[in-house]
Amino acid sequence: MSAQQIMLITGTRKGIGKYLVDYYIQKGYIIYGCSRGPAEYEYENYHHFCLDVSDEKKVKQMFAEIARTHKRLDIVINNAGIASMNHILLTPLSTVQNILNTNIVGTFLFCREAAKLMMKHKSGRIVNFATVATPLKLEGEAIYASSKAAVVSLTEVLSRELGSFGITVNAVGPTPVKTDLIRSVPQEKMDRLLNMQAIHRFGEFRDITNVIDFFIRQESDFVTGQVMYLGGV
Amino acid sequence: MPQKISCVYSQGKGIQKGEPMDIEKQVEQVLFEAIEEINDQLPEEQHIAKKMSTPLFGEDSGVDSLTLVNLIVAAEQKIQEQMDAAVTLADEKAMSQKNSPFRSVESLAAYIVMLLNEH
Repeated sequence: MSAQQIMLITGTRKGIGKYLVDYYIQKGYIIYGCSRGPAEYEYENYHHFCLDVSDEKKVKQMFAEIARTHKRLDIVINNAGIASMNHILLTPLSTVQNILNTNIVGTFLFCREAAKLMMKHKSGRIVNFATVATPLKLEGEAIYASSKAAVVSLTEVLSRELGSFGITVNAVGPTPVKTDLIRSVPQEKMDRLLNMQAIHRFGEFRDITNVIDFFIRQESDFVTGQVMYLGGV
Repeated sequence: MPQKISCVYSQGKGIQKGEPMDIEKQVEQVLFEAIEEINDQLPEEQHIAKKMSTPLFGEDSGVDSLTLVNLIVAAEQKIQEQMDAAVTLADEKAMSQKNSPFRSVESLAAYIVMLLNEH
């Protein structure tokens, strides 16, 4: 990296998002992060925004700040996502709206606004988050799995719409990782899920950054529209 | 009655600090600057004419879809920088040959003025 690159990560308060901040700060990136609450950590090159990723006005303010300060954005990692394990017959509409807003609308907004900045330099990397719940057709995660199926389709279409601007768009599909997202999943269900993978273990944070590192490296400028699921799914 | 806005231009041409200007005139200025920025990246025969009547969309325009997208994004960013207004130039009728707000420089300007007045 000759000049410091600017990276934006959503959902950075805890879990995978926090790990991504810790990891990429060590690699020398300037990082802009966001979550609905404040971050309980500080880094010199980390700037936190409190917002809901589906709040268009607040999202545009965040991007305006990045544009004013750096006039560029190199990488966006759309990590923010929520799930709610439940049978469809017991799922309230409010849950559906919350999941769709965070997972699809949030990802869309950050892709759109990031692309506007990235296209000025004819270069950019967008990494979205899918989930193995989609190909595994995971019972109890109808809305989560279908929202992430939408993210996959968004990734694939955007890779074509943004390709000529020098922007690649890819997605990583983690297996269960030990974070709050899977906190309430019963152990028996989790064991069944791990057995559906080719490699029967929980995903580690390093498994995710392994894939993201590949997508965002300079040499990967010809890799786009791809979804890499972990665990052999 | 056109709305007057006082604003500071960081890169505008011929506008003094604090000098009031009709919003339509400001938007026209910003649009023409965005066109200049896009034309700098195009061969001369593909330059977009800096006139309100210039078509941007449709068979008569001579502007390809990628160039139009670049122009709209450039215009949105210049409005943010120079008029300190966060508008989103996105519309469900964007692809309509008849009703698209992006079909000409004039319709784009009118659309931006409408959004700014709603702001």
